[in-house]
Amino acid sequence: MQNEESDVLNRFQLGDTAAFETLFRVHQRAVHGWLLRMVRNHAAAEDLTLETFWRIHQAHARFHPAQGFEGWARRIATRAALDWLRGRKVECELPAEIPAAMGADPAVSAEIRSKVALALGRLPPKLRIAATLALIEDLPGKEVAEALGISLAAQKLRVFRAVRLLRKELEQQGIKP
Amino acid sequence: MKEDELGGLKGLLREALPPVSEDGVPERDLWPAMLRRMDAKAAGSQFALWFDGALLAGLAGVVVVFPKAIPLLLYYL
Repeated sequence: MQNEESDVLNRFQLGDTAAFETLFRVHQRAVHGWLLRMVRNHAAAEDLTLETFWRIHQAHARFHPAQGFEGWARRIATRAALDWLRGRKVECELPAEIPAAMGADPAVSAEIRSKVALALGRLPPKLRIAATLALIEDLPGKEVAEALGISLAAQKLRVFRAVRLLRKELEQQGIKP
Repeated sequence: MKEDELGGLKGLLREALPPVSEDGVPERDLWPAMLRRMDAKAAGSQFALWFDGALLAGLAGVVVVFPKAIPLLLYYL
C-alpha cells in the first residue's frame, strides 16, 4: 500500500498523467473541502479546485515525494484561494448557500450577523483567511500556519491583527463583541 | 491568544458564518474539466511552437532577400 502510494507520487513527479489522475481523484474532495472553508462558495470552490490541481500539474517537477502530497496541495490551494479573494470586491451580504448555524442564537439579529460578515469580508485577504480558519473553522494554529506557509508566530500575529481590526470595525458600527 | 481575550467575537463570527463541514463534496466530477484544461493548454503550446517556427522562418527569409537589413535587425534584437 505504502509502496503503491510512493510509486504514484514518483510517477506524478515525472509528469505521468495517469498518476496525476489518481492523485486528483484521491485528493479532490479534501482540496475542495479545504477551499470551501476559505471561500465559502460552492461554485468558486469547484473552480479553485481545478485551478489548484492545474497549478499542481504545472509544478510536478518541483514536488518532492518525501514531503507528502496533501500538505503541498493544501498550500497551493490556500494560495489559489488568496488570489481569488484578492480579486474580489468586498462581500456585502451573508453567503446564501452556507446554511445558518444550527440553533443560532435568536438574540443575534440578522442585521448583526450581516455586519459581522461584512466586517470579516473587509479584512485584507491574508488576515481574512487566517481569521476564518482559526476562529470560525477552529483549526489548530499549526495546521493553519502550515497551509499558509508561514511560522506559527506569524500565524498568531495575523489572527491577532484580524481580531483587532474586526473589533474596531464592529465597535464603529455599535457592536461590542 | 486566549479564548477569554477573544470574548464574544469568536461566537459572533461563528453565528454569522457557520463553520463549513470539511466534506464539501464537489457537485460534479471535476476530472473531465481538468482534462479539457490540460488539452487546451497543450494545444496552446503547440500553436506557440508553430508560431515561433513561422516567425523564425520569416526572419530568415528577410535576411536572405534583404541582407542589408541585418544591422537593423541586430539593432532591434
